[in-house]
Amino acid sequence: MVNLTKLYAVGGQITRIVHEWCLTPIDTHLKRGFDKMENAWLIPLFPLLSFLLLLLIGKRLKEASAYVGILMTLASLVFSILVLLERFSEPTYLYRFDWLTIGEMHLTAGFEVNQLNALMLFIVSLVSFLVHTYSKGYMHGDERFHVFYAYLGLFTFAMLGLVISPNILQTYIFWELVGLGSFLLIGFYYYKEEAKAAAKKAFIMTRIGDVGLLIGMILLFWQTNSFEYSEIFKAVEAGAISNTMITLTAILIFIGAIGKSGQFPLHTWLPDAMEGPTPVSALIHAATMVAAGVYLVAALFPLFLASKTALMTVAVIGGFTAIFAASIGLVQTDIKRVLAYSTVSQLGYMMLALGSAGYVAGVFHLMTHAFFKALLFLAAGSVIHAVHTQNIEEMGGLWKKLKFTAPLFLIGTLAISGVPGLSGFFSKDEILVAAWEGGHPVLFLLALIAAFMTAFYMFRLFFMVFTGENRGKQTHVHESPSTMTLPMLLLGILAVVAGYVNTPWFGSFLGDWLTDGNPVLGHGHIEGPAWIMAAATIVSLAGILLAYLIYGKRSIAPDWLSGKGDMLHTVLYNKYYIDEFYQMTVVAFVTGFSYLLRFIDVFIVEGIIKGVTGIIQGLGKLGSKMQTGQVQTYGAVAFVGLAVLVVIYALTGGYLR
Amino acid sequence: MSSVPASAFLALALILFCIGLYGALTKRNTVIVLISIELMLNAVNINLVTFSKYGLSPSIDGQIFALFAMAVAAAEAAVGLAILMALYRNKKTVHIDEMNEMKH
Repeated sequence: MVNLTKLYAVGGQITRIVHEWCLTPIDTHLKRGFDKMENAWLIPLFPLLSFLLLLLIGKRLKEASAYVGILMTLASLVFSILVLLERFSEPTYLYRFDWLTIGEMHLTAGFEVNQLNALMLFIVSLVSFLVHTYSKGYMHGDERFHVFYAYLGLFTFAMLGLVISPNILQTYIFWELVGLGSFLLIGFYYYKEEAKAAAKKAFIMTRIGDVGLLIGMILLFWQTNSFEYSEIFKAVEAGAISNTMITLTAILIFIGAIGKSGQFPLHTWLPDAMEGPTPVSALIHAATMVAAGVYLVAALFPLFLASKTALMTVAVIGGFTAIFAASIGLVQTDIKRVLAYSTVSQLGYMMLALGSAGYVAGVFHLMTHAFFKALLFLAAGSVIHAVHTQNIEEMGGLWKKLKFTAPLFLIGTLAISGVPGLSGFFSKDEILVAAWEGGHPVLFLLALIAAFMTAFYMFRLFFMVFTGENRGKQTHVHESPSTMTLPMLLLGILAVVAGYVNTPWFGSFLGDWLTDGNPVLGHGHIEGPAWIMAAATIVSLAGILLAYLIYGKRSIAPDWLSGKGDMLHTVLYNKYYIDEFYQMTVVAFVTGFSYLLRFIDVFIVEGIIKGVTGIIQGLGKLGSKMQTGQVQTYGAVAFVGLAVLVVIYALTGGYLR
Repeated sequence: MSSVPASAFLALALILFCIGLYGALTKRNTVIVLISIELMLNAVNINLVTFSKYGLSPSIDGQIFALFAMAVAAAEAAVGLAILMALYRNKKTVHIDEMNEMKH
């Protein structure tokens, strides 16, 4: 009943909004110039529509399903761009309505277009649109083509819904929905055992984080009586919550972010998630969903700022993850896994930035990373599409054969390595400055080393795939179709130019805009010593040079430091045995515990049930056996009964007393 | 007549009834079972007559009732035998333990 009432209420609200909009005279609309921000709630609905349509008629559309998905996400993209452009001049738009009233409490739902949300809307819908387009070529010939597009639509809907939520409860709902989308898409090749296991792993590991988020959320509600971001920030500012409670809730919420963003120690699902189709890796596990953790911390940034401990935790976890994942990435041989560890490492960078109070740096890197990492994944997908293997030791010499993919991959590699002039350089520089100015010299050093490693392993990847001799069996290598190369081209352009919106040279436009009207978030640009930029450039160039000497020119043997079979290599190659460690501790413990419970269930609970049914059954069988059909037996029994009655009668003297 | 006490008649009736009951409950042959039932009826008749003679208020009622019982028993025996014949034609047996159609 309650659910129905809720449903009616939400349905009623939506109808009311649509109705009001329709009833407004046309000239008012024109005067208002069709207020885009007011209608930003439409953006997530396009992919939802695509999902529902494909669910119903996808089977009949077959590969034409792609056009439904592409058109719908294009609509979202166009709308997002309009909203973003409008947000540059207009103030934040917030729409809320009462969703649920329990006594004195009002739970609201709605949407909010602030700077961060508008930027995220743009990033998500852009990458989603490009991935939709790319998948048309990549997934060509797949039997469940339409299902793939339906899932993509569902995911895009959830992700877009997530980034315009005005309260943490709504965020949580969409947060779980993106988890579902991720689960479905990782397990898309469900007939592969690894894909099935990876999907389950991703779902369960992120759930572990989500429990933290849920508890944090409930604690916040308990303290502030509201799920609204604005109310929470007000309470934090007014000092209505004790410091311990702020620290506790912030860390609990950060645990949710750890799970979603693949931070240490919950990072192991992300590399395994590469079992999903490559476009999915680009969309979900590089550009959007894994950035949701970073987004969450950014969205609740005033809460984190109020607690030094929480910020420190974020910074330490981020910094450690950055170097930890980068070191694993040094030796992996699967093209997608290298990229996956690089994603983990880059997300660590973003967390480090946020933890060092570098709000702008974190969000800026989120944006540039979304572009160049999506590009790298799509290019990797194009390579895989061409050579049908993911093992980089079986590739090589593809530069001449993949005339289009190779340069784009190089652009992505240069951007992520932080080569001056490309987007990654600027955002990474911001992070390093934030870490230095935030007073974490150790973390700054870690980040610098991680930057060196990033440059090294990315160029190791590049040289092994595109230069040298072809080590694979595949002789017939062909370039991908234009539906795949065009999205890559667009991302390639963005990977180059996206950095210029926030540079120390031409002004920090993005930073000023992001922090506009919100002095608590810090300055648009943190001034740092100039040597940091020089140091960042030097380490990235050094990494590239080393990679070139080892894998390009081959003047240094690959095993000069630690070769195959050496301890260092083995430890790195096996990802520090984290998976094995979990297998031996957490999984073994849970398995043992479940065996105990199973024992109780089978022998004790079921034993009692079986005993009861056994007694009843025995009684029934006895009764059934007595019905022999032998008249004489019946007569005898009746006689005995009568005799017993008479005996009782005689003994009691006629009455039972 | 009066020298024979009522208890002797009742004892006779009891013995007769017990023989009848034993026969009805143990014999396999249906005819014997029927005869045993007749025995029990007769034991009842003896009781009726005894109490009509030696009861608290002696009257002729008991004896008339016994006559009724005999008439009804005769009719019952006739019907019983007819049923028995029909059963025998169907099942080619008079053994009572093979007539267990009422089982379950």
